[in-house]
Amino acid sequence: MNNELPPGLALQKVDERIMTLNVGPQHPGSGHMRIIVQIDGDFIVACDPDPGYVHRGEEKMAEYRNYITNIPHLERPVIHDSCNILYPYVLGVEELLGIEVPERAKYIRVIASELNRCVYTMYWLAIYGIFLGHSTMFMWPAGDRELLIDLLEKMTGARVTHAHFVPGGVRNDLPPNFEDVCLRQVNYFEKRIKEYAAIFYDNPILIARTANTGVLSRQDAIRLGTTGSVLRASGVDYDLRKKEPYDIYDELDFQTNVLKEGDSYARSKIPWLDMMESCRIIRHALQKMPKSGSVRVKLKPNPKGKGLDSVYKRVESGRGSLGCYIVSDGKPEPYRVKLSVGSFRNLIALPYLLKGEKLGNMPAVYWSLNYWPVEADR
Amino acid sequence: MSSDSDNEPIETTSDVTPASTKTNPTPEKEIELPKFEKGLADKIVEKFGTRVKVAFVKPDRVRINVSRDDIKEVAEFLRDVLNFDHAESVSGVDYPQDKEIEVVYHLGSYTDSSLSRQVLVLATRAQREENPIPGNDATKLPSLREVFYSVEFHEREIFEMFGVYFQGHPDNRRLLLPEDWADLPPLRKDFAIKGR
Repeated sequence: MNNELPPGLALQKVDERIMTLNVGPQHPGSGHMRIIVQIDGDFIVACDPDPGYVHRGEEKMAEYRNYITNIPHLERPVIHDSCNILYPYVLGVEELLGIEVPERAKYIRVIASELNRCVYTMYWLAIYGIFLGHSTMFMWPAGDRELLIDLLEKMTGARVTHAHFVPGGVRNDLPPNFEDVCLRQVNYFEKRIKEYAAIFYDNPILIARTANTGVLSRQDAIRLGTTGSVLRASGVDYDLRKKEPYDIYDELDFQTNVLKEGDSYARSKIPWLDMMESCRIIRHALQKMPKSGSVRVKLKPNPKGKGLDSVYKRVESGRGSLGCYIVSDGKPEPYRVKLSVGSFRNLIALPYLLKGEKLGNMPAVYWSLNYWPVEADR
Repeated sequence: MSSDSDNEPIETTSDVTPASTKTNPTPEKEIELPKFEKGLADKIVEKFGTRVKVAFVKPDRVRINVSRDDIKEVAEFLRDVLNFDHAESVSGVDYPQDKEIEVVYHLGSYTDSSLSRQVLVLATRAQREENPIPGNDATKLPSLREVFYSVEFHEREIFEMFGVYFQGHPDNRRLLLPEDWADLPPLRKDFAIKGR
């Protein structure tokens, strides 16, 4: 440790051939993030990701608010996937307080969570399109995403920041006639995203730019502890909806998508394939859902945990496993809330993937990690 | 908001005293322990004896508390013998009244399908200083980066947020905070939010 200067400000010796380049921290469509790359000619020799520009202190804030008032701010790190980021927190609080959730609420949660996964993935896909200079691929997902946002708005009352999941169920029951509208929209949505194959995934330009770039081997994917689409694109079949089913995922019919290549193309394809599975899950859940019944267990104000206790819950979000570690000390506020998010866990792979790549391939590799800067910083 | 009269409020009205809460979990443990998880805990206890303390055995979750001197050895055992291959999450928890900071590793396994539901919680505690000088005080722990590569960024985050220096970590720079942050490590309990 250097006492005089903070480590980041200390002078460093560099090779004369090597140029250091700061990419960012301007807003590339998602949140501020800087990647410091060292290049030799056109090739990246070292890369140092520098997150933290959108650090909001969510975990600190959570220690000052009670279990219920934590809900609206804990979803802020990734508002496009707000149901999934609240999911582990809500499951954890339910375990701490010993709440049993009504059956219908579990189905509503799964439907909301899958709709949200699609909404997030469409936004991510739109940005992936524009990162590669494919502006049609920016417009199409951004437009088709509205179909599902409308559904979620009907369901929760808000377009993106839903705050719909609460300990004990969901905030509101479904509006009348929701099932029919949902089925129609989801079927149309699925038809639309299948068309992306022709314009994007089978496009030789996309394949040329992403295939065989940033290859992450199966062994490295495991060693680095990556998760979600990054892990499954490297041939590891690990999806928490199958491996550790929460709510009613074990009763629903779907499969997980695994590819073996481990390159940027495979990583960009997995979320798209996942969206089709999400449509299947939504249809199946709509069919199996109890047609009426309670959707929320009423709690007394300021619920408290039962003394010193801790719980770690995890769900599969749009960016992989999303864990929430809650420590309670018997007060109405949690003693500590830690969010272990997929973006943060996948970031560790970036220096490995970029080493030896051309600088021009950087956007394709970076965004294929399914990385959301705001979520990683929390 | 739904109006369901059949669902009783969950919480009891009486204030929970710390003494009564400590007695609560013990009878539950005597009733039944999940078999597989119990087996995991037994294997670790068999190897390390009194050096490890099994804090709880719940469905899919086993928690082991170890001292800072033993954590590396226990982690190597977990990786090599019990097949845990990555860290899901590393959290710090500040306990000012105990003058300690707890670091909690949540370990999982991708390669062993029998462990895919399991999260093994490995916790240790570091000494806490009243006036921290991060990196240059007694708040130090051995890094697990050589054992589980995936803890690299998590440990960097804990160093800046709690001031726990990880010995043997190759890269102890700041990650999320600004380079010139000169205040207390912000996730410690004595760092107060303005207006709260």
